[in-house]
Amino acid sequence: MFMANKAAVFGAGLMIVILFVSYILPLFFSADKFAYAGKRHTAPFTDGGPLLGTDYLGRDVALIVMHGGSTTLEVAGFAALLIVTVGALIGALAGYYGGIIDRTLMKVTEFFQVLPGLLFALVVVALFGASTTTIVLAIGVISWPPIARQTRSEFLKQKNLEYVKAARSIGASNARIILLTILPNTLPVLIVQATLTMGAAILFEAGLAFLGLGDPDSLSWGYYVGLNRQYFLVNWWGVTFPGLMVFLTVLSLSLIGDGIQDAINPKLRGR
Amino acid sequence: MKAVAVKILESFLLILAVIVFNFVLVHLAPGDVVDALSSGGLGDAREEQNELIREQIGLDQPFHVQLFTYVGNVLTGDFGWSPIGNKPVLEMIAPRIFPTLLLALSALTFAVLIGVTIGSIAARHPTSFFSAGLTVFALIGFAMPVFWTGILLLLVFGVWLEWLPIAGMNDLRLANDAPFVERALDTVRHLILPTISLGVIFLASYARLSRASMLEVLQSDYIRTARAKGLSEGPVMIKHALRNAVIPIITILGMEFGVLLSGAILVETVFNWPGLGRLAFEAVLTRDTNVLLAILTMVSATVILANLFTDIVYRLVDPRIRIEGA
Repeated sequence: MFMANKAAVFGAGLMIVILFVSYILPLFFSADKFAYAGKRHTAPFTDGGPLLGTDYLGRDVALIVMHGGSTTLEVAGFAALLIVTVGALIGALAGYYGGIIDRTLMKVTEFFQVLPGLLFALVVVALFGASTTTIVLAIGVISWPPIARQTRSEFLKQKNLEYVKAARSIGASNARIILLTILPNTLPVLIVQATLTMGAAILFEAGLAFLGLGDPDSLSWGYYVGLNRQYFLVNWWGVTFPGLMVFLTVLSLSLIGDGIQDAINPKLRGR
Repeated sequence: MKAVAVKILESFLLILAVIVFNFVLVHLAPGDVVDALSSGGLGDAREEQNELIREQIGLDQPFHVQLFTYVGNVLTGDFGWSPIGNKPVLEMIAPRIFPTLLLALSALTFAVLIGVTIGSIAARHPTSFFSAGLTVFALIGFAMPVFWTGILLLLVFGVWLEWLPIAGMNDLRLANDAPFVERALDTVRHLILPTISLGVIFLASYARLSRASMLEVLQSDYIRTARAKGLSEGPVMIKHALRNAVIPIITILGMEFGVLLSGAILVETVFNWPGLGRLAFEAVLTRDTNVLLAILTMVSATVILANLFTDIVYRLVDPRIRIEGA
């Protein structure tokens, strides 16, 4: 099913290329990315210069972009993991138990939904420092509500179905029913959501890093766009290529997510 | 009516919760204002002086006393002092509100008008190339980082084509006493690129959403009736179909106001737009916590009020909810 979807296959191919550039290529190009590589602001594709030109300090743009991928992907990956775990847990509890637990948890969800994401993350990072852990937590704490809502509605749909009743009648505990009976059946939905969340988390990390809230030693894509921003009048490639990587990564995740969605639920195709 | 009253009360409680949450956040963070201002430290003497300052500004009070003071202050519009700007936080924020509102509303209008138009046209011709292109366009619109879109637009329209200004809200060469119309036109020229950068994120999703809901509406019986009566396509689309098709968009407008204002931080930074977002960015660089908290509180309150507002508008547009909810 998935393979029949050309867009999704394209997305998956793109992701393989991105992973190759971010994790395999750096093994072969292990030169110091901070080293001087040529005259400042050397344009891309000039003879004798680095492939994608040099930045405002004469560093190799291609080398930095290549090494920046893993930082972006790791922050976004951990954040997405946190978002899906917290979201699924809260949604499951709210949907399964209903009543006062549902109302309380949904109020909490609503609270985190009205906080403006990026601004909240800015405040948290400004207060607690710009470490990777803080950034992952800041993105995670603010982004779980949509997942919680989705999981809750799945649980509401499923909790009265026959197979859940069967599990209850043989004396399964609530925890067992939530985690081992219903949750596996919501996995398809969660996987799609996780893919899309990962894309959103990459955009989130890129935005924060662009504003200077990132690790200056690892130079993630967004961070590097932020550094090169001041020089964009004379150096278009310094801002264009790292931004392009963010764009392509998010695009490929969206295509993959849509592909899985179509494979699971053909009725929604084309929506 | 009762439902509306409950909504209003809930919104107020939510704003209160945001203020309390902010206060707790600051308390959890390592160090306090006094530490931040007296960094360096000169041994015991300095520590003694710091204690004195803490006593003066009430930081030695128990947690709950400080909390009540803080909430009371914020509710009366007192967001404290900005040591960086050396004036009350409110005075730093006030001049920044209008530019951000202008940008946000302009981006929203752009996204809704163009998005609904594109979506409706696509729904009229669901199997066309245009309709398929919309899906691709929506994917691209979502995947472009806002700040990157902004920089690319600057490069193309500001630097290479030199059609539009590249920074700020007004031309610096424009005299302060220039006629109002001239100033307004100048601002509009400066507003175009930021509006597009910020609007594009929403444009794509509104176009997709309005196509989906328009497709559904166009298949309903009352549209067939309208056509059977002999009405021409124009009135059917605009007067009959559109009114029902925009309901889902109105619902998400309020929710997405927060995303809009988050995006504004990035867009304002790229375009040097003198709004709240850029102030937030500057406050992060200088670690001006009071300013950041004030902006967070005000923006959250705006989102909550926008939600309340859309909820009420929703009831007006869709009588079904008004009757069921009553």
